[in-house]
Amino acid sequence: MKHLYLGNEAVARGLYEAGVTVVSSYPGTPSTEITEYAATYDEINAEWAPNEKVSMEVAIGAAIGGARAFSAMKHVGLNVAADPLFTVSYTGVNGGLVFAVADDPGMHSSQNEQDSRHYAIGAKIPMLEPCDSKECIEYTKLAYELSEGYDTPVLIRLTTRISHSRSLVELSERQDRPLKKYEKDFKKYVMMPSSARPKHEMVEERTEKLREYAENSGINKIIKGSGRIGIISAGNAYTYAREAMGDEASYLKLGMINPLPIELIKQFAATVDKIYVIEELDPIIEDHCKANGIDVIGKKIFPLTGEYSQSLVRERICGTKPESIDFGEDIPVRPPVMCCGCSHRGLFAAIKKLGVFVSGDIGCYTLAALPPLTTMDTCVCMGASVSALHGYNLARGKDASKKAVAVLGDSTFVHSGITGLINVMYNKTDSKVIVLDNHTTGMTGGQDNPMSGNTLKQGPAPKIDIEMMARSIGITNIVIVDPYDLTSTYETIKAELNKDGPSLIVARRPCMLAGRVKPNPALSIDKDACKKCGACLVIGCPAISKGKDKSMSIDQSLCVGCGVCAHTCKFGAIV
Amino acid sequence: MTKNIMIVGVGGQGTLLTGKILGNALLAMGYDVKVSEVHGMAQRGGAVVTYVRYGKEVFSPVINEGEADIILAFEQLEAARWLSYLKKDGCIVINMQRINPMPVITGVAEYPQDLLDKIKSMANEVIAEDALAIAKQAGNIKAVNVSLLGVAAKKLDIDYDVWVETIKKVVPAKFVDLNLKAFELGCGV
Repeated sequence: MKHLYLGNEAVARGLYEAGVTVVSSYPGTPSTEITEYAATYDEINAEWAPNEKVSMEVAIGAAIGGARAFSAMKHVGLNVAADPLFTVSYTGVNGGLVFAVADDPGMHSSQNEQDSRHYAIGAKIPMLEPCDSKECIEYTKLAYELSEGYDTPVLIRLTTRISHSRSLVELSERQDRPLKKYEKDFKKYVMMPSSARPKHEMVEERTEKLREYAENSGINKIIKGSGRIGIISAGNAYTYAREAMGDEASYLKLGMINPLPIELIKQFAATVDKIYVIEELDPIIEDHCKANGIDVIGKKIFPLTGEYSQSLVRERICGTKPESIDFGEDIPVRPPVMCCGCSHRGLFAAIKKLGVFVSGDIGCYTLAALPPLTTMDTCVCMGASVSALHGYNLARGKDASKKAVAVLGDSTFVHSGITGLINVMYNKTDSKVIVLDNHTTGMTGGQDNPMSGNTLKQGPAPKIDIEMMARSIGITNIVIVDPYDLTSTYETIKAELNKDGPSLIVARRPCMLAGRVKPNPALSIDKDACKKCGACLVIGCPAISKGKDKSMSIDQSLCVGCGVCAHTCKFGAIV
Repeated sequence: MTKNIMIVGVGGQGTLLTGKILGNALLAMGYDVKVSEVHGMAQRGGAVVTYVRYGKEVFSPVINEGEADIILAFEQLEAARWLSYLKKDGCIVINMQRINPMPVITGVAEYPQDLLDKIKSMANEVIAEDALAIAKQAGNIKAVNVSLLGVAAKKLDIDYDVWVETIKKVVPAKFVDLNLKAFELGCGV
């Protein structure tokens, strides 16, 4: 019987069927659902870790302890976990160890477009790339065989279109794995120069053995077509190529993208007149071919940026494009917005009024950078708001630090804001750090975290008391504000900005979506009192709009009665 | 021959569930199916699109400009936004609802006038219905998605029984009756 599975759901199914028992991850689009689906299996102990480095180390420990273990992350999450990645390549495994990394070509929900295949090459770890949900199950199971067979961690590379596309799968039974025996082995698990040097030799030998696997195992396969055009591709890029060129071309479909075969590519090249390499982002397969003297066409005609498609492949190879309707006029954009009743809105409205420099971070609140709030100066990576504010204040001095804040969410604070806050205290700047504590990891769909009071599978957990934590670091200026109370939030932040020493300001309100908050009665506009000044539009609430006669109205089906807008009206017209 | 259906709308309108129902119904009809969704950032009230492709063997999960046989548009502005994806001989099924995007709310842009007439003058076939009214009649405006799916059902080669069984399977138990009613009312208009 066939089922329609999301790619991420299929990876989780592969984990189940492979007998995996430990999964630890940090949420990140497009990888999040793997861990959520894994948690639905009773046999899998799945949990959210504070960040990707921790999650990967949990999986490493579980694998050394003899279990089959797993961790999933988005591409930028692998940057956070890169430290353990490069050394676990040396130690190898006991129980099988697999990491999934989900890239986001086209940046549907990411801050950069990095190509994670570089990590597999850099860390000398085999990497598999499935092209649909069926292969997500197959490759996940195969990854564990390779991991245990070659004594190596294995990376599975996904992309948004694989993770978030549904396609057909067939399910198999779970193969339970007895816990492997743990044996103390200094030379294998304690990486210090004397033991790591021979391990590096082993890693290089392992890569050559894996290359033989890439040449002969059938994971990289040739699909013969009628013409003399050859295409080398992998993952979703392969599906675009196959859709575009059909049986007119022959294909070398790569399932394993590190290490890459050499002889197999030469053998394929001998059967065709012209070879195109079709790969999104960086020219990794192309450079490999060229380095081995195989003439291919790649980034000369295909872009280095963005997502590909069947139309793009057809256009670049055949020069044809389907006819399409031209609507002929500009259509207003529809950017994502903060939800009605979002606890971030009031906080950013207050900050906007203060006119300060905002060192921003990653989360739903990054949307405050867009109009009409436009209240964010920087956004680089998880946790950077706090450490970068310290740097900004070091560069610009005490006066500037009274006109600057860092803003980050509770989950981001736990992920990598805490170390930044310790740095602020230790190295003494008057940095003002605002934590938006909405008790959830909002942007990825409302996952629990160490400040939410709950876990993925284990039920309630103690909430981190960040006020107490800040006190233990040495911070004395600690205040709590309710972001729905715009007036008081504004006054409190203003007072903190004028104080000497660092401040921690906690803006506390549960997420409207994830917190299952019961809405208040909807507000409405008193038409007689409304002066049509538009001050209420500044907060960017999707429930408030301006009519043709410039009068304001509140959509009763959307408003949840948070009351933030009422604080913006000098005339008391919002009731 | 692979057929292409797009579901476009505003984050929160239930396009994901619609895609899941449609994909599972096509699977039950014996087709190879791929459904590509948008999660994350775009769900916060942004423009969303789901691609559904079916046939003997489907490779790519996405649909490009000029390739869609059918577009289900949950909102007028989104119908216009994605119109270039419709095939010359394609059909667009539009819910007549209007939802103002942020630039319109703040007065930076205007919601275009006479969208429906313009679309009718350009597209081969247009079916426009007030799916929100159908959903209200079924008992809950949240069923607007399945109401529009009912309207579009006449353009899709899926047996009525298969629709019913799929809705029962895919929709959470407590909303099955509501969605079956919305679907049936949608089919009837």
